[in-house]
Amino acid sequence: MRIIPTNRSTQSIPASSAICAGPEEYESMGNVAVYVEIRAGKVIKASLEALSEGKRLADSLGGEAHAIAFGDADNIGDLGKFGAGTVHHITGDAAAKFSQDAFARGIADLTKEGFDAVLCAATSQGKELAPRVAACLDTGYAADVTAISAEGGKVSAKRPVFAGKAFAKLEIDGTFVATLRPNVFAASEHGAAGTVAAASPAMGEAKASVTELLKAENAKLDVAEADVIVSGGRGLKGPENWNMIEGLAEVLGAATGASRAVVDAGWRPHSEQVGQTGKTVAPKLYIAIGISGAIQHLAGMSSSKCIVAINKDPQAPIFKVADFGIVGDAFEVVPVLTEKLKALLG
Amino acid sequence: MKIVVLVKRVPDTETKVKVAGDGKTLDPTGVNYVLNPYDEFAIEEALQMKEKAGSGEVIILTLGSKDATKEMRTALAMGADSGVLLLADASFADTASVAGALAAKIKELAPDVVLMGKQAVDDDNTAMGPYLAQKLDWPCVTIAVKLEIADGKVTAEREIEGGREKIETSLPAVITCQKGLNTPRYASMKGIMMAKKKPIEEVSVELAAPKTRVIAMEMPPARAEGKIVGEGPDAVDALVKALKDEAKVI
Repeated sequence: MRIIPTNRSTQSIPASSAICAGPEEYESMGNVAVYVEIRAGKVIKASLEALSEGKRLADSLGGEAHAIAFGDADNIGDLGKFGAGTVHHITGDAAAKFSQDAFARGIADLTKEGFDAVLCAATSQGKELAPRVAACLDTGYAADVTAISAEGGKVSAKRPVFAGKAFAKLEIDGTFVATLRPNVFAASEHGAAGTVAAASPAMGEAKASVTELLKAENAKLDVAEADVIVSGGRGLKGPENWNMIEGLAEVLGAATGASRAVVDAGWRPHSEQVGQTGKTVAPKLYIAIGISGAIQHLAGMSSSKCIVAINKDPQAPIFKVADFGIVGDAFEVVPVLTEKLKALLG
Repeated sequence: MKIVVLVKRVPDTETKVKVAGDGKTLDPTGVNYVLNPYDEFAIEEALQMKEKAGSGEVIILTLGSKDATKEMRTALAMGADSGVLLLADASFADTASVAGALAAKIKELAPDVVLMGKQAVDDDNTAMGPYLAQKLDWPCVTIAVKLEIADGKVTAEREIEGGREKIETSLPAVITCQKGLNTPRYASMKGIMMAKKKPIEEVSVELAAPKTRVIAMEMPPARAEGKIVGEGPDAVDALVKALKDEAKVI
């Protein structure tokens, strides 16, 4: 057990956010809370990863992992298996539409006492919700963490900075609020079933809410969440040649990515851009086709576990980070690669 | 309408990052500093809002050293009206301590909307929008790729995995801007000249102690040297074998 220093800041707290003040001091119980995101009626994989890691962290702190879920999902029952001793389940009108401010106040109300850390997956939703929770708790926030641990009861984490050109190791004075990068931590089952408890934390009236979901045409796998990415650059010569990229991606069950040049040229949507002003990704396998490897692109994908490059130019900088490379014309190589992989993988 | 745009001075994306002697910060040698690329979308959006309304004021708000006036002048050259520079030593500041100082100034300025880029390309914490909004007790929309404001009502679209979601809220609000929201204009020569005369108010502020402390900064683990497995389509077999047997990724 240890005493956690006050979460109160020295700045005056506006009266209207009185719902979010934390206690002066409390004994750390080593508990970790994990917000789980529900999409299309299912708790997402990235949240199960965050929950599993939260459980590992709680174990090293001598406490328990708790899950917090808003709304219904058919795998809420699984949360115990992935490490949640207790699932705080908020349902009804309050949970019907996602609201950054209302959900944050709710999570802060549930975690203002007795929690060493509050975590969630670093998704589009998580990355706006968690910092708001941190502000409610008057504590610090770390985005897109790639490693988290506790030593002597003190939590520390590692996160990418400068688009992953460096990694910062940091500590927080107060509750450790962080989002965990998808596809980095293992989702693992711990066996014990948890208790699902109905919860009605103080949320207040939502100031902003999601009113509609607009799915992309042929809702594709997002690069930030994919295990495998097939990415194309200017070497593809034009948008009409992307069926080659898509064909290879389909065989591998991969997401399609793109360099900044082809996004700026209007060939591919910005959501596919990998790089410093696009998305930073760390899949198991990244295949870069017709991409030269500008420093900003490398920043976005050089943490990939395995990198393959296919490029006509043997001097292309991409070959410096690639584990395996083929020097050749993408239009000749990729169809053969797709065929061979199809035969192998079925 | 009064619009405040938060702008940050950051190392440009060409920077080859090196860790300074203290083991925790960026070695500034040879680093070129620029206006945070995502903030350009915020400045452009503010200018378009003002133009559509026919009147209004766009104020650039920055926290940092005097060097940041260079980036603020770029924003003024694009067409913003004035600037406020909160002078502070932000070398070890975090989202929490900076948000505290910004919130205090924003309350004084009492704008209708606060815009900023969705993240700063140095810390990539993507947190200032929601954190600041909570301190102001305002709604916040992040990663906006479409924005409509009419009669105090806000309808926005933000990027999510596999598509977009529509958000409704009302002013005053904090909005963080994503690439695709608009196309930032270049500053004209006339704009650059005029920017020199636009006022930048400088205020010294003291930041509260940061809640988040960097204890070390490290380079990513060096990648093992890779190999070119061959040339042209004949090399595909070797590649497939390597992926299957060596890397074991398929």
